Amino acid sequence: MVPFGGWLMPVQYSSITDEHRAVRNALGIFDISHMGQFIASGNAAPDWLNTMLTNNVTKLGPRQGQYTFLLNERGGIIDDLILYRIADAEFLLVVNASKIEEDLAWLEKDRPKTVELRNRSADYGAVAIQGPRAREFFRAWIDAETEPPARNVIADSPMFGSTISIARTGYTGEDGFEVFFPATIAAQVWQSALSAGAQFGMKPCGLGARDTLRLEMCYPLNGSDLSSNRNPLEAGLGFFVDLQKPHFTGRETLVETKTNGARERLVAFKMSGKGPPPRPHYSVFNNGARVGEITSGTLSPSLNIGIGMAYVSAASAKVGTPLEVEIRGQRFPATIEKKPLFKKS
Amino acid sequence: MMNVPDDLLYTESHEWIKREGENIRVGITDHAQAELTDVVFVEVPKAGREANAREAIAVVESVKAASDIYAPVKGTVVQGNDALTQNPSLVNTDPFGEGWLFVLKIANEDDLKNLKDAAAYRQQIG
Repeated sequence: MVPFGGWLMPVQYSSITDEHRAVRNALGIFDISHMGQFIASGNAAPDWLNTMLTNNVTKLGPRQGQYTFLLNERGGIIDDLILYRIADAEFLLVVNASKIEEDLAWLEKDRPKTVELRNRSADYGAVAIQGPRAREFFRAWIDAETEPPARNVIADSPMFGSTISIARTGYTGEDGFEVFFPATIAAQVWQSALSAGAQFGMKPCGLGARDTLRLEMCYPLNGSDLSSNRNPLEAGLGFFVDLQKPHFTGRETLVETKTNGARERLVAFKMSGKGPPPRPHYSVFNNGARVGEITSGTLSPSLNIGIGMAYVSAASAKVGTPLEVEIRGQRFPATIEKKPLFKKS
Repeated sequence: MMNVPDDLLYTESHEWIKREGENIRVGITDHAQAELTDVVFVEVPKAGREANAREAIAVVESVKAASDIYAPVKGTVVQGNDALTQNPSLVNTDPFGEGWLFVLKIANEDDLKNLKDAAAYRQQIG
């Protein structure tokens, strides 16, 4: 068990590598109850959220979700989150555990009185169920006659005398669901999902596998790859920023970055051969000059080679650029690769 | 319950020590390998390297993190286990056997008195 965002969480249940493979080949279940959950409601909620977040809220149909950013005035990332439109003027925000208080304080600052913002983090739990057998699992667990919600859509279902919400989202690159439920039925949900999943080879998975799976897909981790000193364009996540919107917090900086180009960019890289795995904070070189620093790194269980992400100066950020990673005084070759680093064959 | 052989000595930092004449053989304990999880890379010291007690002279890397391994006492490296370069998972599968890390020629016999016996190490890891 390790401390994470104020929670004690297992790094692994059996082995990071085994859990990682279960998700790539069958099914895994993650306890993600640490994640924060806010509800924003009221007729002014869509317009207000559109000024607080980078993605375009008006593009969300009923029950749809989108990945988006909460930025500070300088365009720096406070948090990355998923915003679901659960009713016409009611939204669920799923945020990082370590950022709950900071997000709330930032949102409260500009909240119109007509919008209600409720922090239900302590009263709700969540699990992620991820892997190629997720659809079969859904039919076994929820209803053999019902199709699961479409990608990025959230749907409600009765369970244990209560209501759970099931979203077709995830952080692994596999098909799967994130399921939200009142904390009172958390243990029952976990147990029933595990028993329904047994026939599909479901394994409980910890933070370790969650990290290796997301890194193979180049999904960023706030606090490692994202911070208040980095903006979404530097992180290569401009797809989730709508600069056509006339106003949102941080927009001016992003327009400037877009116009002048980012000074540094978050790139994905692969080590060229056997060697020690890359780790956060190791220095990265190009042609003998230090060009940046690693933010995430590990040995990829799927590719069996060292992989990572690093912020490097824009001149050295092109795909195919040879890099060297300094590990305990020695330099090891690597190459900048296209994201994601892992693709299903 | 983790395996803690009675005929070995131990350190606070989870190395095991086996006496072999004027040398000691060193590895990490069953408890340590279980905590580290899947070992994916090992860096062992070269023969001839001199080290003080508690000096970091090897590195064991799991998927999760890199961990320093320390010289239990002052001495000179006789041999590193080069088999671990090709097969680092030996540290997980056979921590007290094929997964040994290095052999050290001890400088002062008396230094071994500072190490823990099996009972004391068992107590440490609870």
